[in-house]
Amino acid sequence: MNAPLRKVAISVLVLFTLLIVNVNVIQVFRADELRADARNTRVLVEQYDEQRGSIIVDGTEIAVSEATDGPLTYLRRYPQGPLYAPVTGYNSLIFGNRGLEEAVDEVLSGDDARLALSFRRLTELFTGQDLSGGSVELTLDPAVQEAAMSALEGRVGAVVALDPQTGAVLGLASTPTYDPNLLSSHDPTAIRAYAEELEAQETDPRTNIAISERYPAGSIFKVVVAAAALASGEYTPETVIPAPQDYILPGTSTDLQNFGDRPCSPSGEQPLIEALTISCNTAFAQLGIDLGEDAVREMAEALGIDGTSFDIPLPVEGSTIGDIESDAALGQTSIGQRDVALTPMHAAMIAAAVANDGVLMDPYLVESVQAPDLTVIDQTEPETFSEPFSADVAEQLTRMMTNVVDEGTGRRAQISGIEVAGKTGTAENAGPDHNWFIGFAPAEDPSIAVAVFIRNGGGTGGDISAPIAREVIEAHLQGGG
Amino acid sequence: MAAPVNGPGTDPRAALAPGTAVPTRRGTELLLLGFAVLITLAAHLIIDITVTGSPGTEMVTFGLWFSALWVVAHVVVRRFAPYADPLLLPCVAVLSGLGLSMIHRLDIAGEQVGSNGAVSVDAPVQLVWATVGLVLFIAVLVIVRDHRALSRFAYTLALIGLVLLALPAVLPNSEINGAKLWIRFGGFSIQPGEFAKICLIVFFAAYLVDKRDVLALASRRVLRLELPRGRDLGPVLLAWVASILVLVFERDLGSSLLLFGIFVVMLYIATERASWLVIGLLLFAGGAFVAYQLFGHVRVRVDTWLDPFAYADTGGYQVVQSLFSLGTGGLFGAGLGGGRPDQVPVAKSDFIAAAIGEELGLFGLVAMIVIYLVLVERGLRTSLVVRDGFGKLLAAGLAFSLAWQVFVVLGGVTGLLPLTGLTTPFLAYGGSSLVANFGLVALLVRISDAARRPAGAAVATPPKLTDAPTEVVQQ
Repeated sequence: MNAPLRKVAISVLVLFTLLIVNVNVIQVFRADELRADARNTRVLVEQYDEQRGSIIVDGTEIAVSEATDGPLTYLRRYPQGPLYAPVTGYNSLIFGNRGLEEAVDEVLSGDDARLALSFRRLTELFTGQDLSGGSVELTLDPAVQEAAMSALEGRVGAVVALDPQTGAVLGLASTPTYDPNLLSSHDPTAIRAYAEELEAQETDPRTNIAISERYPAGSIFKVVVAAAALASGEYTPETVIPAPQDYILPGTSTDLQNFGDRPCSPSGEQPLIEALTISCNTAFAQLGIDLGEDAVREMAEALGIDGTSFDIPLPVEGSTIGDIESDAALGQTSIGQRDVALTPMHAAMIAAAVANDGVLMDPYLVESVQAPDLTVIDQTEPETFSEPFSADVAEQLTRMMTNVVDEGTGRRAQISGIEVAGKTGTAENAGPDHNWFIGFAPAEDPSIAVAVFIRNGGGTGGDISAPIAREVIEAHLQGGG
Repeated sequence: MAAPVNGPGTDPRAALAPGTAVPTRRGTELLLLGFAVLITLAAHLIIDITVTGSPGTEMVTFGLWFSALWVVAHVVVRRFAPYADPLLLPCVAVLSGLGLSMIHRLDIAGEQVGSNGAVSVDAPVQLVWATVGLVLFIAVLVIVRDHRALSRFAYTLALIGLVLLALPAVLPNSEINGAKLWIRFGGFSIQPGEFAKICLIVFFAAYLVDKRDVLALASRRVLRLELPRGRDLGPVLLAWVASILVLVFERDLGSSLLLFGIFVVMLYIATERASWLVIGLLLFAGGAFVAYQLFGHVRVRVDTWLDPFAYADTGGYQVVQSLFSLGTGGLFGAGLGGGRPDQVPVAKSDFIAAAIGEELGLFGLVAMIVIYLVLVERGLRTSLVVRDGFGKLLAAGLAFSLAWQVFVVLGGVTGLLPLTGLTTPFLAYGGSSLVANFGLVALLVRISDAARRPAGAAVATPPKLTDAPTEVVQQ
């Protein structure tokens, strides 16, 4: 019986080898796939096991993990839900992390390397306790955020407010908004139902118009062209430039008109400052063509309008002026039409560059990173994004933009006792016009730069967007900021 | 019977000059048992500290009790089976120790944040079962002084085996998770199938040794295969029908597969005729096909086996969770107490291998499989060396039953085979399985003692050869 016994012994070896090979396949080759599978509750439970760090604005938690009695230990709550939704995003069982929850996930979940050095983390690591995440304090000014969100209510649009001297984001508003609490509950059915409700809306409220969408800039782009003109050294605000009622774009029969087909001046020419104040299209189209594509493009790129996206740390879509094939195209580009596409964030950055003596600061949303014991372990230092033009040019632009608000299209942004500088924009598109306003205040020592964008508002930037900017600026200045 | 050839490495006695004492290797056994206990206690301590932050209060009691089990087992072996294979007991010790640690770990999983379960106390119960198992182990070694004596009770054991096998099908209230495997009385539930398995293996061994000449010799040659005569097909058909009945009335795919596989392999070993394997395979294929056509529960099992992820929320849930568990564990595992094996359903019994794979990783799981392999191969080695045909067949049957069960269970847990209701021997939570397998190992220890015992050394009570219905073959 020994011969078959040996064969059985070898067969057993083969069977066990099969088991071992199979386990190797599962635990090595398929491990990553199995580990990351959305149905693997381990990943989720693990995430909900640990107290996620908070997102803090001005000492108040706007996103916080609270202990529950349910199977998932911590529930993410957003006490002011819709107000900060464009910033916080959500922390969903079904959809994962979005917004800052995604952008600073490493800090909040406790995986960030900076946290590894904090004493409490080391203690937790060696005592085997659950690791808790770090918190982030944001740069937002609650008064600005509230003013922006309430001014936008009922419209589809965005407001971005920056501290021009540092780049700190003071407000980041996008409407329509949603309640992140309803996407971050522990009830998958309710989450799905709410998501379907959001999807059914004309504009999904989860779209962040302030940073993820680009729109034709319209006349706010004239600030960029004016900057290029001034920076060339051949123009001052007082330089008289042609400003006809109609302008036939070179090489075409296209008649570029002013808003409402009105003349810009009886004489057909006017000083640059005047052209900006009344937002004269024919003057700026011709100015752009006279400056040449290179000058306009250089200025746009110096302001970061070169198609590249960046993080604040929320991802900001890249703004662009597009390809310019001809002088005719350059003329249209110079008044912010054609392929010019800006995010509201980038529009605010243009205003901020003017406000900060020609130094564009890197926009940032996170003031500091805090360890679980609330000690600050990283503080954001303001950094320069670029220096698109000189302080002289900036001063001249400020004078021109102040004029826009004082006596031009931006009158509705006026605040008594405070000099506001600004520029309106009414961008043509397939639907009703988009309405823009960019500006800053106080003009002599700016502490806030804003961009207001209303999608398909139908009116003018001066009528619709300028008053929103005024409310936002007022909220900031009254708040003692 | 073909001329038996013992390889030089097969028989420990061959290497020794005549007159030299055969080493008992009991010291080796004690040392290895010490390792097994050390590993178990270390695992226990690590688990307590990782999950709860401090060693549990029951640590000392558990440590003393668990150590005492193996000291007693060792002393009994030293006294009653001094020449026994020194690796059998340590393999069992480390497997059951690992099982106890893992059950304890799942007990306290309720204390981990985010767990669905409450804290339970199954590990102490399992330790009591291990103690009962040890009592059976001792009883077998003390009562059965010569394994050959068992063959005298072959038909009695067959009857007991069949009754145990049939009992759950007849008794009400025996269904757990769809399979009728249990007898319940009071707060207890036992799985008589585990004991039936051993009884039937003893019977198979006695019966086949008796009948093997007939089964092996009378044959016709068809297509290079020596086919048995029609009337000699009786026993294998009977085993096949019994397996089908188990499948039909108890809906127990595992036991059915287990018993039939064991019988066919023992038949092959006894007769040395590969044709029996072919016949067995054909019968299995036929039975499997019919079962797939007729029984919904078999069809569901097979379908979910082929694509568990397609049934991730229904029939495939358990396997999918098990695969997640193993995958998350990866190469090195999450560490004892560091994973979430509590996410897998019935992790303490059916899916304990997944829990080990998650926390000890590929390395731990493969180590565990290799320990089983060592245990099985030592059993088969015993079978090679032992002199009598009944002992050979019995040892082979017992060892192969372990191998087959481990293969079917782990294959199910890892998605290699359809899921069955079988439990991982020694490791899984469940008294019946643990106690029965202690009995199984006791028999292997007994036979290995006979195998390694030098010829002429005293046997406590030498059997009267005239009483033995088996032929004793001196090879």
